[in-house]
Amino acid sequence: MKKSKVFWGLCLLAIIFYAVVQVMISGGILDMYYQSILIQMCINIMLAVSLHIIIGITGQFSIGHAGFMAVGAYFSAIATMKLGLPFPVAILIGAIVAALAGLLVGIPSLRLKGDYLAIATLGFAEIIRIIFLNVDYVGGAAGMVITNLSNWTYAFMGVFVTILVIANFTNSRHGRGCISIREDEIAADAMGINTTYYKVVAFTIGSFFAGVAGAIYAHNFFIIQPTTFGFLKSFDILIYVVLGGLGSLSGSVIAAIFLTVVSAYLSGYPEERMIIYSLVLIIVMLYRPTGLLGTKEITSLFKFGKRGGSKV
Amino acid sequence: MEWLQQLVNGISLGSIYALIALGYTMVYGIIKLINFAHGDVFMLGAFIGFYAIARWDLGFFPALIIAMLLCAIIGVIIERVAYKRLRNATRIAALITAIGVSLLIENTVIYFRGASPEAYPEVLSNKSISIFGANISSQSIMILGVTIVLMILLQFIVHKTKIGKAMRAVSHDPDAARLMGINVDNTISATFAIGSALAGAAGVIFGVYYTRIDPLMGVLPGLKAFVAAVLGGIGSIPGAMVGGLVLGVVETVVSALGYSLWRDAAAFVILILILILKPSGIFGKNTREKV
Amino acid sequence: MTANLLLEAENVGIQFGGLKAVQSVNMHLNKGELIGLIGPNGAGKTTTFNMLTGVYEPTEGIITFDGKKINGLKPYQVTKLGISRTFQNIRLFKDLSVLDNVKVANHNKAKHGIFASILRLPSHFAGEAKMEEESIEFLKIFGLDIYKDEMAKNLPYGMQRRLEIARALAAKPKLLLLDEPAAGMNPQETHDLMELIAFIRKEFDLTILLIEHDMHLVMGVCERIYVLDHGQLIADGTPQEIRSNPKVIEAYLGEEVVE
Repeated sequence: MKKSKVFWGLCLLAIIFYAVVQVMISGGILDMYYQSILIQMCINIMLAVSLHIIIGITGQFSIGHAGFMAVGAYFSAIATMKLGLPFPVAILIGAIVAALAGLLVGIPSLRLKGDYLAIATLGFAEIIRIIFLNVDYVGGAAGMVITNLSNWTYAFMGVFVTILVIANFTNSRHGRGCISIREDEIAADAMGINTTYYKVVAFTIGSFFAGVAGAIYAHNFFIIQPTTFGFLKSFDILIYVVLGGLGSLSGSVIAAIFLTVVSAYLSGYPEERMIIYSLVLIIVMLYRPTGLLGTKEITSLFKFGKRGGSKV
Repeated sequence: MEWLQQLVNGISLGSIYALIALGYTMVYGIIKLINFAHGDVFMLGAFIGFYAIARWDLGFFPALIIAMLLCAIIGVIIERVAYKRLRNATRIAALITAIGVSLLIENTVIYFRGASPEAYPEVLSNKSISIFGANISSQSIMILGVTIVLMILLQFIVHKTKIGKAMRAVSHDPDAARLMGINVDNTISATFAIGSALAGAAGVIFGVYYTRIDPLMGVLPGLKAFVAAVLGGIGSIPGAMVGGLVLGVVETVVSALGYSLWRDAAAFVILILILILKPSGIFGKNTREKV
Repeated sequence: MTANLLLEAENVGIQFGGLKAVQSVNMHLNKGELIGLIGPNGAGKTTTFNMLTGVYEPTEGIITFDGKKINGLKPYQVTKLGISRTFQNIRLFKDLSVLDNVKVANHNKAKHGIFASILRLPSHFAGEAKMEEESIEFLKIFGLDIYKDEMAKNLPYGMQRRLEIARALAAKPKLLLLDEPAAGMNPQETHDLMELIAFIRKEFDLTILLIEHDMHLVMGVCERIYVLDHGQLIADGTPQEIRSNPKVIEAYLGEEVVE
């Protein structure tokens, strides 16, 4: 029951945080610039957490996450701009199509392991991007002009649901099955875990929420272009997950928040920003390859939960 | 006779891929690392060649040799500074580091000279030679010649020299090689040096042939060269050569058929097909995890 | 005898490339038996295990378990049918807690689905609570319950071996395959382990197939013994029969002498 208390406590905390920010926005304390950073932060958290379930939990090395984000972005944009559907429906459409894309990519490629899987996912993401580049219906290389519909409420809801679903999944027998695949695939198989099934499930859930993030992203800027979703974007997402600590949900959230803020402050110095970024990446990998938190969660550091497993 | 011309174009492009792929495949064979920074060494080679030709008025061959030498040194520095500590790290840490090194090289170059492209000076006379009714540029033939010479040289190094024997031994079993008195660290450095030199050569050749270079030029050819290495069977030197050539020809054919926008997708479709159907590639060996 | 038959291997063999690792193995295990599988290093014992558990698909022969043919099934399917195993070179989930290691194997009998867990439905809590309770019971049998929140990798070696057996047992098998369970243990630990194995066999009504190097141990506890050499069965029978079998003595000559 103690765990349940922690859960509801964190939910309450999140809702209070949402309300405070909403009041500050309504009261004009947070201007458009800060709002936009907050929304960007939410998008990055969703991307990080949705990749965390694939790499951190299930141990499947996917480096093409931006591809699924692109699917979510484009299909939600088609829903609002071409079909005139309401934004929430569009988010759902984007997410579902992204999940289907994840399923389609996952079934053949998840037979591969390690580096080979990484390269295959990268290849799939590039193919997805090139398809959008070549379809005139969505504007080709020029991209698609989109109305700004995203706001703090949508972004926050997106993050909330993403974290909730993935944390609940992780703390169940299904999540443990996925973690056992990360730890030792052969042993997991021998213990009765249907490894292919769970890999595909994790991949599909991850793609679904990458789609949600993509949908909110698409409606936050005024235009989306295929170049946005190249492998540099995939690497960005990967960096959140790895810097935060592979296997740590709170770690990837913290890394996403931190790096969004750093990026925003350094946005006037793009070259310096990228040099610092890459240096930090190399140094962290050389001196602390498990990332910020390792597989631990921030809650375990405060002794909320009783143990150091993957708990939220 | 247009197809013959396209074939020659494809082979020229393919030989550039092959030269880069060799570095990938050798490094992967020896330390099981996808060296993402390899494409950027290729870019550095192109820029070194550019400055050698445009600023110091050197000819093609001196520029090529300088680029190869400097790239070899850069490759060894990358290995010693960034990768050496990762020998026992997880695969993901190694791959992320490689991505980090790649981003670092690209952005350092952009920081010092900006992101604008550079036009390569014409160092090789470009005459059209008519063979069987096809117009084939003398440059294509030159590129092909240089590539073939480099590959023969590589085969000689790998199969006939002491360091080549050491490289093969280390890639087969590093621990056993160490016990047999092989200096594993030096062997790995030598592998990086040779692979990077080949990438540097590919950079200069690319510059001469396509005339336009920029700091991000290494990214896509780098990835495609990796595809070529996988296609040929990663770790296999003849595989990288064949894989590169096949990829170059396929891309040229796709372009020639009027689907030039899909050209980049072709490489990745090939990659995925080969990974799913025969992950060990054309010349690769199947391995099985011991339980 | 047939009514009691649990597992039967008929002419089972496997080839890696051109190499015949194991060939024409005939084996049968009756319900409730404790059987030893012995042989010199490289004889194909673990390979045989891997075929029985679906890790490798045999290239010849038929394996029947509980009346069903299991050739070509995936390891997880074989486990669900009721064969569970340990590994020679311990394969625990190192970064999971001791309790979670057992819970993973306990997974099979749980019913709550993914959506129940995501939505935190009552069935999720009920299912998880039951898994937790059962898993702790398994840990208690092996004296591991005091370590339940410890990461598996932090356990001492002997405890890791025990945890592997506890985990295999949590998959609720009918047949338990133990691959050198006493490897690296001292005589006292080995003795305790054997008593434990005898206990769980009775308690859970198990059939056990055991690979072991320690001759004393195998001769002492097993009812029947199969002997593999160079990928072929060279003998089977009671410990007495095996002891006096000239082929076995020859196979072991130069290794440890059978007493």
